[in-house]
Amino acid sequence: MAIEVRIPTILRTYTGGEKAVSAEGANLSAAIDSLEANHPGIKDRLVEDKGAGIELRRFVNVYINDEDVRFIGSLDAELSDGDQIVILPAVAGGAA
Amino acid sequence: MVRYDSLITSVGNTPLVGLPRLSAPFNTGAEGAPEIRIWAKLEDRNPTGSIKDRPALKMIEVAEKEGLLRPGCTILEPTSGNTGISIAMAAKLKGYRTVFVMPENTSEERRQILCMWGAEIVSSPAAGGSNEAVRVAKQIAAEHPDWVMLYQYGNAANALAHEEGTGPEILADLPSITHFVAGLGTTGTLMGVSRFFRGAKPDVTIVAAEPRYGELVYGLRNLDEGFVPELYDAELIDSRFSVGPRDAVRRVRELLDLEGIFAGISTGAILHAALGQAAKAMKAGESADIAFVVCDGGWKYLSTGAYEGTVDDAEERLEGQLWA
Repeated sequence: MAIEVRIPTILRTYTGGEKAVSAEGANLSAAIDSLEANHPGIKDRLVEDKGAGIELRRFVNVYINDEDVRFIGSLDAELSDGDQIVILPAVAGGAA
Repeated sequence: MVRYDSLITSVGNTPLVGLPRLSAPFNTGAEGAPEIRIWAKLEDRNPTGSIKDRPALKMIEVAEKEGLLRPGCTILEPTSGNTGISIAMAAKLKGYRTVFVMPENTSEERRQILCMWGAEIVSSPAAGGSNEAVRVAKQIAAEHPDWVMLYQYGNAANALAHEEGTGPEILADLPSITHFVAGLGTTGTLMGVSRFFRGAKPDVTIVAAEPRYGELVYGLRNLDEGFVPELYDAELIDSRFSVGPRDAVRRVRELLDLEGIFAGISTGAILHAALGQAAKAMKAGESADIAFVVCDGGWKYLSTGAYEGTVDDAEERLEGQLWA
């Protein structure tokens, strides 16, 4: 099952400069594990364990088909073939 | 009643208008079929032409009441433009000096308008976008302890303006509302309106549309030094979508072509998320009344090139710009 993952500039040191890589998995957690298998070290930049199990780091935003995963199950968010994952640092946005 | 004592008191009470042509594809017209309607809250009808008049005036009002802001004071604020314009207008009428920290990749019009209202502008680096403006403003605030930073990202009065104004106005005009969709920047609009609906009509779905910029804006920042506005409470939102410049441009043009509304680019991103909710309701066979925010008009963004040429051209031109 192929899922495209868009990598932010800051994490491209782990992907040999690639802007997008592919991953596999039925949910986000599995996809991150598959990323880690091909690009060791990247997982630790995306998730952390603060004692209550593994969760996304506070300033990391992950979107599946443009939807913020924190509202669709976070690391348990389901994935299907052809989905796109975008990883972005949290920024102040909007017409402020 | 449309008579006001001064420009400042004329904030809010903006029209909510139906969008029959944009809603049409979601309605089959068959008997017993669900009805899906999309509504635009025209916040460009505020005194300086954006939704930011609401929070700016409320923040000033509260600061005056608390004694923080006194005649002759200097107001400092990180802004990508609209909040600055709103504060500058109020400051002119009330006699405050204003200094705004603005990312250098914001549209030229916004700079010119701020200067017209007598504001001083400090530019912050393009890379890092509004995050950098916030950082620079905090630094300047530390150097000038006598200046007043209203700080829209963490000022409760920002959200309060929407809890007391925007939310109740929408419910009064559209008691059958099912969805509210707005942009996510300081998060003030969504936090305030959601707090109002959670009390007044808790089954309203609250949807956030967040602009997704080009890579320059996200910069090379360390992922541990990101920024989440202090006002943000994820519990008050039901779904959050990231919308890129292509979809924003496409939708803002549709809004003009089909409904005659000339809006700013961030409104295109919000409309994109609203249409997503309409499609979802249609698929589920449910009726929906979806209200979304038109943050401002398109005038301030003409120089970005978003409104001319092909969508591909426009997308390319917006790369690296803070378009929302």
